[in-house]
Amino acid sequence: MHYNLKVRRAYNTDPVSCAECLNCVKYCPEHAVDVRTYSDFAPLGARVGVIRDTKKNMIYWRIVFRDGTVHDFASPIRTTPWGSARSAKDIPPRTDLESELLALEDKPEYLGFPELPRPKQLVRIVGSPLKQTAGGGR
Amino acid sequence: MSLPNPPTKIVETDILVVGGGMAGCGAVFEAKYWCGGKCKVTLVDKAKVEKSGAVGMGLSACNLGVFTTDPDDPKPEDFVYYVRNDFLGIVREDLVYDIARHMTSTIKLFDEWGLPIWRDPKTGKYMRTGRWQHPIHGESYKAIIAEACYKSADEVYERVAVTHPLMDERVPNRIAGVVGFHVRDGTFYVFKAKAVIVAAGGTSLLYRPRSVGEGMGRTWYPTWASGSALAIPILAGAEATSLEFRLIVVRFKDAYGPVGFPYLLLKMRSTDVKGKQWEPLPDEAKAELSKIFFDYAWAKPTPTPIRTWVTVTNLKQGRGPDIMQTQERLPDHESLHVLFEDYLDMTPTQAFYWAANNIHPEKTPSELLPTEPYIQASHASPGAMWASGPADIAPPEYKWGPNRMLTVEGLFGAGDTVGGSGHKFSSGSFTEGRIAGKSAVRYVLTQAKDYKPTVSSDTIERYKEIVYRPLVWYHMNKPLTTTPETPHTNWYEIHPNYLNWHQLLLRLQKIMDEYVAGWGMFYVTNEYLLNRAVELLRMLEEDFRFAAAASYHELLRVWEVYHRLLVGQGVTVSMLHRKESRGYYFNADYPYIDETNWHVFVNARRDPKTGQWSVRTVPLIHILP
Repeated sequence: MHYNLKVRRAYNTDPVSCAECLNCVKYCPEHAVDVRTYSDFAPLGARVGVIRDTKKNMIYWRIVFRDGTVHDFASPIRTTPWGSARSAKDIPPRTDLESELLALEDKPEYLGFPELPRPKQLVRIVGSPLKQTAGGGR
Repeated sequence: MSLPNPPTKIVETDILVVGGGMAGCGAVFEAKYWCGGKCKVTLVDKAKVEKSGAVGMGLSACNLGVFTTDPDDPKPEDFVYYVRNDFLGIVREDLVYDIARHMTSTIKLFDEWGLPIWRDPKTGKYMRTGRWQHPIHGESYKAIIAEACYKSADEVYERVAVTHPLMDERVPNRIAGVVGFHVRDGTFYVFKAKAVIVAAGGTSLLYRPRSVGEGMGRTWYPTWASGSALAIPILAGAEATSLEFRLIVVRFKDAYGPVGFPYLLLKMRSTDVKGKQWEPLPDEAKAELSKIFFDYAWAKPTPTPIRTWVTVTNLKQGRGPDIMQTQERLPDHESLHVLFEDYLDMTPTQAFYWAANNIHPEKTPSELLPTEPYIQASHASPGAMWASGPADIAPPEYKWGPNRMLTVEGLFGAGDTVGGSGHKFSSGSFTEGRIAGKSAVRYVLTQAKDYKPTVSSDTIERYKEIVYRPLVWYHMNKPLTTTPETPHTNWYEIHPNYLNWHQLLLRLQKIMDEYVAGWGMFYVTNEYLLNRAVELLRMLEEDFRFAAAASYHELLRVWEVYHRLLVGQGVTVSMLHRKESRGYYFNADYPYIDETNWHVFVNARRDPKTGQWSVRTVPLIHILP
């Protein structure tokens, strides 16, 4: 999306690269972005409305079919307030730089195992492990 | 716009992460954790990290979930066997195992940060749709992960597209940083670092997509995944692996909505147009397929390349397209809502497609179609870069440096960059980023402690000239055409001296589709076609001398096409080398799997000085029985 200074409106400057991620529609504070789906395969007439509410942490959709059928949907987007995520700097530091364990994995509840898993039986098979290996099957 | 003379900004750091998607955010988070105050972590992304990368659109599942001691949860071994079968044996088991054993801490972090992961109301455990996946309400998946990433990074540079790696001028085969430019203000960026982690995107739009007009952007893997995950290391002279093993997925026709939820959660089935069931695949079909795919045809679940092959065969033999019988499994309002919300969270176009075409899934089935091929290593394909494995489990042949370091000193990878493995998806890519992040910190604080990048100012000026040449070329030659200047790329402009990015891209897609087993050829090729493709791709590379960009936006597109072209060359030479047909294509000269001779990796490398590719066969070592 680029901003056209003359008409003071944003526009899709590169439609063939648009993947319809809809982030422009969701993030526009004025809810001013109107969309229709691709001319290659979508008959006209369907409509979409979306409100992403970061206070209530819900996203609301209205989909209107070409034949007029209306569907409303609402889904949660997050379970915690925005800005609350714990960063790497907020996790107590460790000194085991040489170990294979990552951040928080010194605690079994984060690792999922009492210690870092390694294969029970470490083998070395060079080439096919299949029993039936003859070529030219087709 | 006059001739550009943008300023140069030099950024010095310890660890540079290229690409702020899931893998990049994982790398930043983990690298900063282990760096503390001892080293600096910098992130560069060509878009805005809050919604960049493949997960920027949202996602409806963490396709790789927790592995724990709980008997209900899978173990890393189970996952390795699954990926081995799904890739028809072509797998780096050390890398796959390594991701699985670190998954639980990643999912717990996501949960803490606020990602709505569905839980089983009775047990309170994360719900599963299949063996590995947890369903989520993931519209804001990326935004949540990005928040932790922003807070962890020392510096974040957004809207800066990385075009080339910078090599050290004192130490051979040693990365010293990268260069790129700001896609809005045009500033030239030079990043110098002790370690570079490439966590950029895989390759979409290398092949001609199904829709070629306005809908060209509706590819399954997003359009902004321009192959930089592979191209940046390839330009540095790093070795790639399994590029011939491209990914083709069966998706809802045109909108490319994924089929995982319908099959796994809603237990739908698909048939051909005559009503014969193909998914779940009946045993008699598996027996027939085992003549081509041996025991892989009996693997549970049926490997993705085989399921794709079934759909392709149905199409080719006139029974297609396959049809998802949605109406059989949507008995009530609630199930219909689950289906729609799944797509609205992840691939909104799928919902719009149904609305625009008056397809009511509770009444009407939907067509499925195989996509064009993609090259990436986070989904059901292993094609990307060759990386060193974890110290404790990798065979000696797969260990030449720190975990996840590529074959160039100081250059690491994660996510779509690290080949030979896959099925990482979003959560596994984040995990691999974390693995690479810790590994890079260990490297920077020990082995590379005293390293200082050596890059001369002449080199910087030379790259600046290379990067902006398409802009300069456009302005030098523009007066020679009578076609009026337009605010957007003029797809149909005819100019004797230059080609715009869209023209270059369409030529690339036509070559790849028609010569290198695209959908237009039903994914079939032969040695004649591949050899011709090598010639045509070489001429296309030469034609980049005539690439023209009217704006910084078009300049970004030109370099994205160039990255795709490099990946395309690698795919072609790798396919030529493999004298069998394994993966999502058939080489008509060798139309079968040859387990005796070709259960191996095919690795390709481009000489950065000459641009010549060389290919070698590498033994494939399994570490599990």
